[in-house]
Amino acid sequence: MPVPARRSLAAVAAAGLLSFGLVACGSGEDDAGDPGKAGDKIITVYSGRNENLVKPLLDKFSQQTGITVKTRYATTAQLAAQLLEEGDKSPADAFFAQDAGALGAVAKRDMFAPLPAADLEKVPQAYRARNGQWVGVSARARVLTYNADAVPTAELPKSVFELTDPKWKGKVGVAPTNASFQAFVTAIRVQHGDQKAKDFLAGLKANEPQIRDNNVKIVEDVDKGTIPVGLVNHYYLGEIAKEKGTTPDGLKAKLHFFPGGDTGALVNVAGVGVLKRSAEDPDTRAFVDFLLNPESQKHFAEQTFEYPVVAGIAAPAGVPPLTDLDTPDIDLNDLDTLDATITLIKDSGLVP
Amino acid sequence: MTVTTPDAGPARNGPARFGVPGRLRRLAPRPALLVASTAAVAVALVPLVYLAVRTAEAGAERIGAELWTERVGLLAARSLGLAAVVTAACVVLGVGTAWLVTRTDLPGRRFFAVLAALPLAVPTYIAAFAWVSTVDRLEGFWPAALVLTLCSYPYVFLPVAAALRGADPAQEEVSRSLGRGDWRTFTDVTLRQIRPATAAGALLVALYVLADFGAVSILRADTFTRAIFVAFDLGFDRTGALVLSCVLVALTVLLLAGETATRRRGARYARLGGARRPANRLRLGAARWPALAALVAVAVLALGVPAVSLARRLVSGVSRPGALTEVATAAGNSLWLSLAGAALTMLLALPLGLLTARAPGPVATVLDRLAYLAHALPGVVIGLSLIFFGITVARPLYQTSWLLALAYATLFLPLAVGSVAGAAAQAPPGLEEVARSLGRGPLAVLRTVTLPLTLPGIGAGAALVFLTGMKELPATLLLRPTGTDTLATELWTATSVGAYAAAAPYAALLVAISALPTWWLVARGGLLDKEDR
Repeated sequence: MPVPARRSLAAVAAAGLLSFGLVACGSGEDDAGDPGKAGDKIITVYSGRNENLVKPLLDKFSQQTGITVKTRYATTAQLAAQLLEEGDKSPADAFFAQDAGALGAVAKRDMFAPLPAADLEKVPQAYRARNGQWVGVSARARVLTYNADAVPTAELPKSVFELTDPKWKGKVGVAPTNASFQAFVTAIRVQHGDQKAKDFLAGLKANEPQIRDNNVKIVEDVDKGTIPVGLVNHYYLGEIAKEKGTTPDGLKAKLHFFPGGDTGALVNVAGVGVLKRSAEDPDTRAFVDFLLNPESQKHFAEQTFEYPVVAGIAAPAGVPPLTDLDTPDIDLNDLDTLDATITLIKDSGLVP
Repeated sequence: MTVTTPDAGPARNGPARFGVPGRLRRLAPRPALLVASTAAVAVALVPLVYLAVRTAEAGAERIGAELWTERVGLLAARSLGLAAVVTAACVVLGVGTAWLVTRTDLPGRRFFAVLAALPLAVPTYIAAFAWVSTVDRLEGFWPAALVLTLCSYPYVFLPVAAALRGADPAQEEVSRSLGRGDWRTFTDVTLRQIRPATAAGALLVALYVLADFGAVSILRADTFTRAIFVAFDLGFDRTGALVLSCVLVALTVLLLAGETATRRRGARYARLGGARRPANRLRLGAARWPALAALVAVAVLALGVPAVSLARRLVSGVSRPGALTEVATAAGNSLWLSLAGAALTMLLALPLGLLTARAPGPVATVLDRLAYLAHALPGVVIGLSLIFFGITVARPLYQTSWLLALAYATLFLPLAVGSVAGAAAQAPPGLEEVARSLGRGPLAVLRTVTLPLTLPGIGAGAALVFLTGMKELPATLLLRPTGTDTLATELWTATSVGAYAAAAPYAALLVAISALPTWWLVARGGLLDKEDR
C-alpha cells in the first residue's frame, strides 16, 4: 500500500509547521521558569494545598492587591522534592504547604528566609518555626472519625492507644503514607519515646487495619459504614459533606476528639515559607500578610473547615474551638525528626 | 505470494557513496541514521544520568542500607510477579480477541475490534478508582492484576490483530494441505507468524506494569512503583526513592535481556510483495456464542465498570467542574501537550526505528534496547530528572511545554520506535536500494521512498504516544508550565478533595478524546475494512 509521495510531503510539511507552532506557543510562556524581579507585581507560589480549596482565596488576593499569583499545584511531598531539586535556582517565591513536616524539610536545607516578626507574632509559638523560617496559616486536628450507627459514643476510645485492642480488629481505617499520619507518629515519639511508637505501630498492624490511600477515602468508607472508625484530620468531613450537598452534621461519619492531652488529638498546621531570594520582595511579603489577615483566616474556617491560627477568628461550624481542645503538649518544631519516624513506619509493615 | 528480498547488487554499491571504508561501514552501518539514533537514545537516557548522579551522592553505605533488605527482595518478586501475571493474561486476551475478530466469522467482529482497543483510552487510575468504588474492600495483588490486564491488553491486541490480518495465508494453507488440523496449524504456523508482534506487545505490557502507579497505589498492591511513590510521601525521601528506582532499572534490563534472548534471529514474516489476500475465516458454528459472551464480558469489565461508576459519581455528588471555558482550556492544554509530546517523540523515534529495520545488528539492537530503559521508570522519577536537567542544563526550557514534551518523549519513545520499525521492516528495502542505484541521494530517498512507506507506522506511533501522553499524570504535575491545567491534572485536583462529581466530566472527556486516536489505530490495522471478498 504505497502512499503517494505528495501526501507524505504534506505530512512532513505539517510536522514542520507544527514544530514552528510549538516554538511560537512556547515563547509565550518563556517567562514561566523565570524567577522575576522583586516588586514586579508577579509572584510564583508552589501550592501543596488543593486548587479547589485555595484558588478562591488567591483570586481575592490578586483582586485586592493587583499582584498576579502564578500558582503551581501538586502534592506537598512532590513540591518539596521539586524545591529541593531546584535549590537556589527555584523560580518559586513562596511554598504554601499542606503540613509542617514538608516546610521543615525545605527549611532544613536553609532555603527559606526568616519571616518578618510582625507576621510571626500573629501566630502562637507552637504553630510556627522557632527560627521564623515558616509560619502556620491554618490548623487541623487529628481525630477519630466514626460511624454513628456502628459505634455508640459510650464505646469510643479514650485514647488513640486503645485502638490496638483486639476489640478494634479490622475496624480501624488508616492512611499510613499520609503526611499527617507521620506527624502523629512523630508526636508519639516526642511525647512517649520511640519504644511506645514502635509498639503502637506493631499493635495497629497486628490489628489488621483498613489501609487507605488517603483520608478522603477513609471518611467516605466510614460514612458508608464499611469501616467503623478511622484516623484522619478533622476537616475531611467538611469536604465529603460539601460533595454530598449537606453539612458535616448530615453525615453518618462523626468526629471524636481524644480527651486528656492524648497524642491522638495532635494539632498540625498548613503553612507558608518564603524562598530566600524573595526575602525582600514586597509582593511576596504582601502574600504572607494576606494569608494571616482576618478575612483569609475566616475563609479557612468557613470554606475549608480548618481552624484559624490568628486569635479572635471563630472556629469552623460544628467543631469545638481550638482553645477548648485538650491538645497534647507538643511543639510542632519538635516534629522535625522525620527520619526516625519513617524508619519505624517502614519497619512496621504498614507501608510497602 | 511471499517474495524473497532481492538484497543483491544495488545494496553492495550503496556504501561507496558515503565514502566510508568497508570495515567501518560494517561496524557502523548508515552513519547518518546512527548519529541521529544515538542522539535520540541520549535524550531517553537523561533520567538514568540523573539517577546515577543522585544515587552516587547518597554514598555506598546509604545505598547498601536501602538495597540489601528483605523488603527490596519482596518488592522485586512482587513487581516481577505482577508483570508476569498481567503479561500472560494480556497475551491470552489480546491474541484470543485478535484471532476472533480477524480470523473467524464472529458476528459484529468490527464492532468488537473497536471495543477491544478502547481500554487504551482509560487511564489505570480511573479504572482502579472505578473498581474500588464498585466493589468494597478490593485491594492487593490480584485486583491490581485484573485492572492492569483490562487496561493494557490492547497493547497486545492491536499489533497482533494487524499481524494476523497482514500475514500471508499461504503458509497456513500449505500446513493444512500437508495434513495438519486447524488447531495444529494455529499453534505451529499462525502463532509463529505473529510471534514478533506478540512479543513486542508483551514487552510493552510488562514495562507498563512495572511503571504503573495508578492501579497499584489505589488498589494497594505493594510493588516497586508504589514503594517509590511512598518513599517520596514518607518524609520526602528522594534518596530512598531513587535507590529503589535503580532496582527498577535493573529489573527492566532483566526483562529486556529475556525478550532479546528469546527473539529468533532473522525471523521475518512480512509479506514482501504480491497482492494482499485475506485468510479464510473459520466458521465458529455453535462456538460463536461462548466466544461472543467472552468478548462482551471483557468489554463490560474494561469499559462498562468505569463508565457506570463515573455516571454514578456524577449523579450522586453536587460538586461541578468549573465554567465551560475552564474545561475547554484543560482539554486544549491536554491536546496541545500530548501533540507536542507525540511530535517530539516521533522526531526521535524515526531514525532509531529506521536503523533497527534497515541496519539490524548488535549496534542497532543495543541502541533500541537502551531506548526502553527509562520506559519502566515511574513518571515522578522522570519528572524529577527533567527538573534536574532543566535547572542545570536547559534553564530556558524549564517549566515550559517543551520540557514536558521532552519528558513524554523519554517516557514513550519505545511505543513509537516499535511502530516505525515495524512499518519499515514490512516495506521491502529493495525499493530504497533501487532508488539509490538510480542516482538519488540519501535524503531524497528518505523523503520520496522511506518516509512514504513508513508513514502508517509513524502515524500509529504518534497516535499511541499521543493517547498515552493524555493519560500521564505524575510527570505532568511536576513539569507543566506553572498555571497550566490539563484534563489529567484537573481530575487529580477534584478527586483529591473528594469532589468526584466535578471530576467525572474531566474523566469522560479524557477518555473520549483518547478514544479518537484509538479508533484510528483500529481502522489503520484494517480491522474496520469491509469484507475483503
